Amino acid sequence: MRRFLVPAGAALLAVAAHPALADFTGGKVRIGVLNDQSSLYADITGQGSVVAARMAVEDFGGKVKGVPIEVTFADHQNKPDVGSNIARQWYDTDGVDVIVDVPTSSVALAINEVTREKNKVFLVSGAATSDLTGSKCSPNTVHWTYDTWALANGTGSAIVQTGGDSWFFLTSDYAFGHALERDTEAVVLKAGGKVLGKVRHPLNNPDFSSFLLQAQASKAKIIGLANAGGDTINSIKQAAEFGIVAGGQNLAGLLVFITDVHGLGLQTAQGLILTESFYWDLNDSTRAWSKRFSERMNGRVPTMVHAGVYAAVTHYLKALDALGADGDGKAVVAKMKELPTDDPLFGKGTIRKDGRKLHPVYLFEVKKPAESKGPWDYYKLKATIPADKAFRPLAEGNCPLAQ
Amino acid sequence: MAARGEPAAIGPVVAAGNGLRHQHLAIAGMAAALAVAPLVLYPVFLMKVLCFALFACAFNLLIGYVGLLSFGHAAFFGTAAYAAGHAAKVWGFPPELAVLFATACSALLGLVFGWLAIRRQGIYFAMITLALAQMLYFFYLQAPFTGGEDGIQAIPRGRLLGVLDLSHDLVMYWVVLAVFLAGFLLIYRTIHSPFGQVLKAIRENEPRAVSLGYEVDRYKLLAFVLSAALSGLAGGTKAIVFRLASLTDVHWTMSGEVVLMALVGGLGTVFGPIVGAAVIVSLQNYLAGLGHWVTIVQGLIFVACVLAFRRGIVGELGRLLGKPL
Repeated sequence: MRRFLVPAGAALLAVAAHPALADFTGGKVRIGVLNDQSSLYADITGQGSVVAARMAVEDFGGKVKGVPIEVTFADHQNKPDVGSNIARQWYDTDGVDVIVDVPTSSVALAINEVTREKNKVFLVSGAATSDLTGSKCSPNTVHWTYDTWALANGTGSAIVQTGGDSWFFLTSDYAFGHALERDTEAVVLKAGGKVLGKVRHPLNNPDFSSFLLQAQASKAKIIGLANAGGDTINSIKQAAEFGIVAGGQNLAGLLVFITDVHGLGLQTAQGLILTESFYWDLNDSTRAWSKRFSERMNGRVPTMVHAGVYAAVTHYLKALDALGADGDGKAVVAKMKELPTDDPLFGKGTIRKDGRKLHPVYLFEVKKPAESKGPWDYYKLKATIPADKAFRPLAEGNCPLAQ
Repeated sequence: MAARGEPAAIGPVVAAGNGLRHQHLAIAGMAAALAVAPLVLYPVFLMKVLCFALFACAFNLLIGYVGLLSFGHAAFFGTAAYAAGHAAKVWGFPPELAVLFATACSALLGLVFGWLAIRRQGIYFAMITLALAQMLYFFYLQAPFTGGEDGIQAIPRGRLLGVLDLSHDLVMYWVVLAVFLAGFLLIYRTIHSPFGQVLKAIRENEPRAVSLGYEVDRYKLLAFVLSAALSGLAGGTKAIVFRLASLTDVHWTMSGEVVLMALVGGLGTVFGPIVGAAVIVSLQNYLAGLGHWVTIVQGLIFVACVLAFRRGIVGELGRLLGKPL
């Protein structure tokens, strides 16, 4: 055995010494976009996130301190084991320095752990669970776009305030759904509402009939959809078929993206209240960026996840430029937290100690078909929640980094 | 029933005594090659191959040497993964105890499944194992300790016997290799023991084994438990290596994959399952860019294998060399 241990030890030493040889590992910066390329979250994230990351690199000039930047991507199939295998291989053998996006909270939590173990950087845009900056927070992770607490705080409290005080939850049965349900329930109870029941459905579920019947039987005023993507679209469509909304109950989509509204059509989606941190038609700079994005994506507008990928990668590159190195993930994230953020999509902002990016969050209402003036003109702005109110207060997250 | 004296379609009859010398050489060669392999190949990938190779060998013990097709082996693999994960993460077991605990859980489960399933033969046996495994799958989907779709994450690798730091991939690799070789040699010893001879007799002609006075059910049950325990050893080790136990490990597709591995490599051969596991895991790894298409590629390979070389890669190789491998 000793015969093998000697070369192995030498190999380990060579690897350990490597970061000292060059400030940028492998002589380049490699960005890995890891998301759903083929299933229910492919429209929300998918190729759009790859395009957004490439745009960020191009807008940065393609190089940082003279070192070339590359973007690679992979499909995690929404499975934590597939995702963490890819991440391990990327970090160990493929020279990836940062993993971006990663929708599906269960996968994101797995990547969070692998990234911490390997001391790299993880920029979350697609995943929602507020645990990423709560009990599972990591000095290697920045959670950019939104989280379940922000959604619950936005949509949940808006609905309770307008009289929707009895709830029934239809929850996607994994980390994201559980977190969204938990955070929304807290908001509802705090505002004096009550929760009459909840039912959990599997991820990527085609048939919601039995769950919707339970929701109907509960007589709750509001059926809270703690799911996302294809699951939300299916549950809203099937609820319409069951006559649930016609029967006087209202649906609350707790996480609805603009691509979901597009998939549902305004006729079905009109009147939905939803919370997002980005809308393409918000101001001149979001419109200009979205136009460039659309040209590359066959006319589709960006979701907030795509915008988050662009902004997070941009800020990451700024931190690398300031630091002049990419080997130590903790140092890079510390630099990202130290520098104030400024990008055309989310405006000026900061990253908190627990890894939470702070920016305003918006409450939108989906337009009626008659109000829509053109393709993708879907939202009316109802309220702007300022950055300091939009996300969970630092002290309430139980993040060890916050102490 | 296969006619007397004719080699069964399922695998070559292994010659006894000195005819095994080439196998011993091959085992030594394999062990040496595997010991140095991580210096060339990515160790985490190799560990995955080894875990699945052990799983496939355990499965092959049942189908290749007793002729029992279990379609629920994922239950043992996945149960062990969850047991090891839970023991190491929540109860703070050191890795060696976590894996042993996982193996014991799978053995116990194998005893229950086996006791029920061996009462029937052929397709009914396969269906009973599948049904039991599916029941277990839905239990794990809902049980709080498994974490549902999230799985058990961030399982600590810990220190082996309090000394070896397993967070180094190379150290972990040699531990996995030792576990694999131990499991493999146990299977090898089993199939060449008098017990193994009786198993093969049952495979060839069960009524005849009964008429010779063997308590066939006991032999079958023991083989089933052994196979389940070794599958558990593989599953528990895998959970420690990848620091993750998820629903993928108990899903029925995992049961299908292990059938595929054994079949591609060669049913009833000593080295077949190892080669099969290496082929299938490599495909999954290097074709990962195809996403969901990987399963279609696997299906095509399965069809090609069944049509063109029914003995599997190693089985055909053994036939060409004129020696059982």
